Amino acid sequence: MSVLSKSKLGPLARREQRLALGLLLPTVFIVLAIVLFPLLATLWISFKPVTLADLRPPEIFVRERTRGLKNIQAAGETFRLEYRLRNSSQTEWVRKVVLKDTLPKGLLIPELDNRCRLTARALRCELGDWEPAQNEKLRFETQITGDWLAEREDPGKTPPNITGESSNKLLSSNFTLENFMNVFAMREFEAILLVTFTYTILGTLGAIVVGLFAAQLLNLSFPGRMIFRGLFLFPYVAPVIAMAFTWLVLLDPNSGALNALLLQMGAVETPINFFGMRWTEVELFGLTLPIPLALLMVIAFEVWRYFPLSFLFILARMQSVSQDMFEAAEMDGATPFQKFWELWLPQLAGILAVLFLLRFIWTFNKFDDIFLLTGGAAGTRTLTVSVYEQAFAINNLGAGCAVAVVISFLLGLFALAYFCSLPTEEGL
Amino acid sequence: MTARQWQTLLFTSLGLGVIWAFLIFALLAAGLSLFEGTGLVPSSAQITICGLVAGIWGLIAIERRTRGLIGGFVLGISLLFHLLATDTPFQNSEAHPLLQSLGALLGAFLLVIVLVFSFRTLGPGVVNRRRWELCILSSLQVFGFVFFTVLVVLPFYVMLMTSLKSQQALLMNPLDLMPNWRQDGWAIFRSYVELFRDFNFGRYIGVSAIVSLATVALTLLFAVPGAYAVARLRFQGRKVLSRSILMIYLVPAIVLVIPLYVIFSQLGLRNSLLGLLIVYPATTLPVALYMLQGYFRGIPPELEEAALMDGCSRMVAIRQVTMPLSIPALASVGLYVFMIAWNEFLFAFMFLDNPSIFTLPRGVVSLNSSEVPRQHLMAGAVISTVPILILFLWAERFLVKGLTAGSVKG
Repeated sequence: MSVLSKSKLGPLARREQRLALGLLLPTVFIVLAIVLFPLLATLWISFKPVTLADLRPPEIFVRERTRGLKNIQAAGETFRLEYRLRNSSQTEWVRKVVLKDTLPKGLLIPELDNRCRLTARALRCELGDWEPAQNEKLRFETQITGDWLAEREDPGKTPPNITGESSNKLLSSNFTLENFMNVFAMREFEAILLVTFTYTILGTLGAIVVGLFAAQLLNLSFPGRMIFRGLFLFPYVAPVIAMAFTWLVLLDPNSGALNALLLQMGAVETPINFFGMRWTEVELFGLTLPIPLALLMVIAFEVWRYFPLSFLFILARMQSVSQDMFEAAEMDGATPFQKFWELWLPQLAGILAVLFLLRFIWTFNKFDDIFLLTGGAAGTRTLTVSVYEQAFAINNLGAGCAVAVVISFLLGLFALAYFCSLPTEEGL
Repeated sequence: MTARQWQTLLFTSLGLGVIWAFLIFALLAAGLSLFEGTGLVPSSAQITICGLVAGIWGLIAIERRTRGLIGGFVLGISLLFHLLATDTPFQNSEAHPLLQSLGALLGAFLLVIVLVFSFRTLGPGVVNRRRWELCILSSLQVFGFVFFTVLVVLPFYVMLMTSLKSQQALLMNPLDLMPNWRQDGWAIFRSYVELFRDFNFGRYIGVSAIVSLATVALTLLFAVPGAYAVARLRFQGRKVLSRSILMIYLVPAIVLVIPLYVIFSQLGLRNSLLGLLIVYPATTLPVALYMLQGYFRGIPPELEEAALMDGCSRMVAIRQVTMPLSIPALASVGLYVFMIAWNEFLFAFMFLDNPSIFTLPRGVVSLNSSEVPRQHLMAGAVISTVPILILFLWAERFLVKGLTAGSVKG
């Protein structure tokens, strides 16, 4: 098929193809290497029992020592040359271990270990396979000849070289389903899913609704409109790290200004630990409702930080809508709220839907904000935070990757929904 | 007017008067508390009565077809606020009494102004639904601006003020956000001096600037030809490619971080700026490609075709026709990528262990420990925020365009 269609291409079209390929190749290569390859690697690692410690391959540590070298006066005297060796790994074998060292001029070793050979000045010992944590001292009674006395060179001057083969756990063909079993058997896995979706849905909806109001405000014409637009974008433009720490300082139970204000104004009796309290009770119309405080605070931060994006998007669409319809409605005596419900919302429905799907995916992917605010404590552990926890707090890279695979899978579903529901006129 | 309309008018004016009185005086009390460092709590009776009086005045003003005696009413309401208080106007004798009187005056003034603004649409005569809604809408608009401004400005204000305070002052009275202005010379900037002198922040700024600029350069270097090819040239798999750009764009960093950590550790790239300079452009490339190809599609191809007809090669046509036309788009994409790279936290946090190559966000995280006082942390936050905000204000037009085009990400 492709041969057939290719033959139909003229020389000019073929040149165009080649040019396109040349222009795209570097980009495609980089993206493949840094995005797609790691994605596959995540899948690979998720089936392997790998911990953070496995990243350093097991090897043999060696230390060279001499005893009695300083006191030597004449040829024929002896000193002891010693190599201390140890397998660094507590769990892995190191195979075909070979020790090589170059000795100074004029040394003789009369009784050599039968694993070792000394040819001229080169010492070579083939030490075989080493079990985990095995250690050994190789000792050689070494005799001095006249040649050595001329320079008195220290044997330690040339460091010994040791080689061995160890299996790289990452590349071995040792697969396991244990990581996934761990993830799904995790006591709080359902809780994590619940928190993730609560965070994602409320965060997305909140940001869009608040953004819709901000867009309505900024669609009015008044002097200083651009200043307000710039100001309202500040939360998104500033680094997440600065904003998260500022919220933490502002809402700190002991030294935060907000708690001090609430206390002094008599609104609360004890300081509220906004980011540390999993549940708190709120009395509403005589009912006592438990609410997940820390989770709501994290969602509030998300809404605060990302409403600028929604309002920019919505404002751009509002300003491209033709005014005729609104003028006609005005003539017919439509009230402002009628105009909002009957005219604006239908006009904005398309953009709101697209925005919801995209923001939904991005909020679902969000890691930095929650990690900086609570570190996943107090009932705010989402899937993304638990990737970090598994991989770098519990040091289980395999389990971390298993959670990442779960995220990718869900993301694939959302992306599918996104592409299927994408209206063509949204310009993609 | 019918009795029903009178009723509506009465409820609206009194209701809005009371609601606004509460909003304005509570906000003023909170603001004065933060300014004075002690809690100011006016009583609700005080506020309610002032609100009712203001509402009744509004009602009379509407019917009399006059804005009548605004100045007199401002004074009257602030006097009422004083008289109803059992102590100083804001019921706290620790705070400066004159300041409280000024606060009461300001509150009365704002209340009257907001009510005049809201009631202007009610006008004399028949109150219909449209006029009533316009009145409520005006109130909502004012409320919206106050709400959003406070919400956005408060954290930045707290960040800046905390960074200027001393450790003892912070612990002694967390409510008092005002730094001690009467220190001599530069003492007020103590935290900043210490960050630059002892915590190496000058270097972090340099590293961040280099990394961000290099990321912008590399991203544009690869994205421009790629976007051009996707937008203009016909080749097999073009549709698939332009869709998969968006797909790749949705892959989160947290999924990539473990394998990249593993691979970069083995290659010795992990604790190095080179590693960051590989990851940053790669993660910003899809968004840059997506934004640029959209822009290139908008440039009429006839311009290039004309150049091709005149004997230019394709490359010369790109360089001399397309590029000059897309400078605004390049600026938008460049600024957006710069912002992403400058603010990036996750990879910097995971990859960098060596304090001599910390980027600013990584440096600020290292301040988040119990040994480092809070004002240092806030000073670090200010240092990392100010350059990007200056850049934003300077090039707002371009960055906003970039944000709108790329705001699917974030």
